Amino acid sequence: MNFTLKVWRQKDRNSEGGFVSYTAKDIPPDASILEMLDVVNNDLIMRGEEPIAFDHDCREGICGSCGLVISGRAHGPHRGAATCEVRMRIFRDGETITLEPWRAKPFPIIRDLMVDRTALERIMQAGGFISVKTGGVPDANAIPIRKDAAEEAMDAAACIGCGACVAACKNGSAMLFVAAKVSQLALLPQGHAERKERVLKMITQMDAEGFGTCSNTYACEAECPKKISVSHIARLNREYLRAGVL
Amino acid sequence: MKLESKIPEGPIEKKWDNHRFQMKLVNAANKRKYTIVVVGTGLAGASAAAALAELGYEVVALSYHESPRRAHSIAAQGGINAPKNYTNDGDSVYRLFYDTVKGGDYRAREANVYRLAQVSGNIIDQCVAQGVPFAREYGGLLDNRSFGGAQVSRTFYARGQTGQQLLLGAYSALSRQIGLGKIKFYPRREMVDLVVSDGLARGVVARNLLTGELETYAGHAVVLATGGYGNTWYLSTMAKASNATAIWRAYKRGALFGNPCFAQIHPTCIPQSGPYQSKLTLMSESLRNDGRIWVPKKKADKRRPDEIPEDERDYYLERLYPSFGNLVPRDVASRRAKEMCDNGYGVGPTAMAVYLDFSDAIKRNGKAWIEEKYGNLFDMYHEITAEDPYASPMRIYPAIHYTMGGIWVDYNLMSTVPGLYVLGEANFSDHGANRLGASALMQGLADGYFIIPYTIGDYLATTQFKPAKPDAAPFKETTAEVRERIKKLFSIKGKRPPDAFHRALGKVMWDYVGMGRTKEGLTKALKLIPQIRQEFWEDVKVVGTGNDLNTELERAGRIVDFLELAELIAIDALHRRESCGGHFRTEYQTEDGEAKRNDRDYAYVAAWEYTGEGKKPVLHKEKLVFEYVKPTTRSYK
Repeated sequence: MNFTLKVWRQKDRNSEGGFVSYTAKDIPPDASILEMLDVVNNDLIMRGEEPIAFDHDCREGICGSCGLVISGRAHGPHRGAATCEVRMRIFRDGETITLEPWRAKPFPIIRDLMVDRTALERIMQAGGFISVKTGGVPDANAIPIRKDAAEEAMDAAACIGCGACVAACKNGSAMLFVAAKVSQLALLPQGHAERKERVLKMITQMDAEGFGTCSNTYACEAECPKKISVSHIARLNREYLRAGVL
Repeated sequence: MKLESKIPEGPIEKKWDNHRFQMKLVNAANKRKYTIVVVGTGLAGASAAAALAELGYEVVALSYHESPRRAHSIAAQGGINAPKNYTNDGDSVYRLFYDTVKGGDYRAREANVYRLAQVSGNIIDQCVAQGVPFAREYGGLLDNRSFGGAQVSRTFYARGQTGQQLLLGAYSALSRQIGLGKIKFYPRREMVDLVVSDGLARGVVARNLLTGELETYAGHAVVLATGGYGNTWYLSTMAKASNATAIWRAYKRGALFGNPCFAQIHPTCIPQSGPYQSKLTLMSESLRNDGRIWVPKKKADKRRPDEIPEDERDYYLERLYPSFGNLVPRDVASRRAKEMCDNGYGVGPTAMAVYLDFSDAIKRNGKAWIEEKYGNLFDMYHEITAEDPYASPMRIYPAIHYTMGGIWVDYNLMSTVPGLYVLGEANFSDHGANRLGASALMQGLADGYFIIPYTIGDYLATTQFKPAKPDAAPFKETTAEVRERIKKLFSIKGKRPPDAFHRALGKVMWDYVGMGRTKEGLTKALKLIPQIRQEFWEDVKVVGTGNDLNTELERAGRIVDFLELAELIAIDALHRRESCGGHFRTEYQTEDGEAKRNDRDYAYVAAWEYTGEGKKPVLHKEKLVFEYVKPTTRSYK
């Protein structure tokens, strides 16, 4: 298959960026979009040009490294798939595909399609944990947990921290990301001792990083590669209110 | 050099307790005076960094990822073993110990394995306390499943994402310590060399992947938790960035490399579809519970699978192993698949695949039953290949998946360089010649949470340290050597990108140092690998500069080390004239084509010493003594 690519190129966070057109020729339909970029990059290297920079690692949809806005959609048109899982066969032969980085103020561009997502790290460091030290914990079966609560906690915990929710949101909100962690730990009894501090600290940090707030468009859920439900945002809001009232 | 395993005295069940009592402690108030440099923050590194910081040590942690949550531990699917015996089916620490030593084909150290089994229960407790959402039963207690051929149900799991959830647990503990300021975490730093000063490991040189700067990090001890070297074979189930540079640089600074040839090949991966392919995807081996593996009886049969009648199919595993059938261990299933393809019976466009057919199971139990059990795997297969596995059989082929070999460590997880500790997949320790399912996560977390926090204290408390500042002479000298290597890479200005050499190396490794190794093949590999290495140094083209983000330079640097490590793997495989676990030498097999171990001559850990550029490595042997689990032949007939 052949494609025309319009790729965002930008030297570093302070330089001005712009679209550059490339052609991708003879791409097998089974190739992933990142493998197509490998092929394009190989051509660039052979011509002595700098390859297109993009983050990637596991290439099986679990590490959360990759993230491209593909023709306007975070992680492309496929539901429930990360960028690395998008195969070229879903595009038309000859199609023009635009590739852009995540666009959000708290995610400065490092180069081309790579962005700095350490703002999400700082939110986690502020409170995305249960404060237990290693050792001295009770037996794993000491606390029974309802199966449905454990399952719902797992639904939230499936978040891969890719930032697609932020990129998809017109407000650049990280609410789905924060909600996934707050909700997971609020659903489990182990997380209850700190539920108040946790939600307050994480939200405070989220605001300090410059993420926007939620206005219920559900774009985050639509683009989430792990299909995390916006119902967790509702729980986050309840936790936040609860922390303020109680 | 004398290898001292430092296995404590006493009966096996008392060794770790005795040892913990005998080790010296660092006074609580003095712990903050010690800095520990942790390289790699996957399961083993994140758990170690968090546990050490909780104790009060100053911890500096480095990762080449932007976040510890990106480490490849995240991709582990199946589960984590612990002999909790929650299922009342007869499990015990001793049984897990026994299964692991036997599964490793008697090439692991008994004392280490016993300790691993002992602490594994604590891991589950720890993870639950952190909020890891393990699968539960309706009564609210934890669910277990049987995995990887184990006869008891001892595997804890979180859907098909156990590695992700355990890593996120360790990551939360690590993040908490970063937030508290007890861990200084440096993302996007790749360790490019080890700094040894006065014979002690005192720090590392790392390249800042964003600015290109070479930075030095100094401490009183260095902990490497940098994962396995499966990407030496190019195509594997490893993540793209997974590499051997940290351990290879440690090897070149004096750490012995244990059993490099022990690599595990996983039988159920989606086959390569073309030369563009960048990695292979694993499909859980649970599929073999209900799928039947076959190839056509006729060579080079180009018919579609549904056109091949039942009596023209060869269900070769069922034919060769009537009692275990399709459930033979990973190494056996892998080797037989390769044999079928090599003999011309392979299927699919590349003829390098065999069928895994669910039509009988669908006929027997219905499509809905299969969907409930394997739905996500069938979807994944469909996503990648655009073929519907409900309608036609899957095509599968083996792929490199895990490396049991690694840096040789003693019972304290310290390498032969004093002060250099190696954890998780990066060390050689607990899996012998073959790793059982659901035990990689177990080992990574055991090393990090429950072993290194004790053993490192003894070293710190009993060692006299001179000051070692990040700008001291040994740091400067090592940095200068790294700078020289980088300069050399840019100076070649050849015609081929680094990846081309990696692919060429991968082909040689897969063809001659993969499954079914022979003396001729290995000898050939030992001719070809140095050739590729020479071509690399004459013809590699590294674009850009070393002064900023340069993914091509990163790649080239890693390939330099793969090209050297590959040779050591082949040397080790050639020297080990027996078949055991993942290492199958075609010359050493029983009449039925099974692995023929040679306990008289090879019941040892092969620990290789670096002796200089272009010189032959020297073999040291750590004899393995089996006091508790007596070696027997593995048989699956």
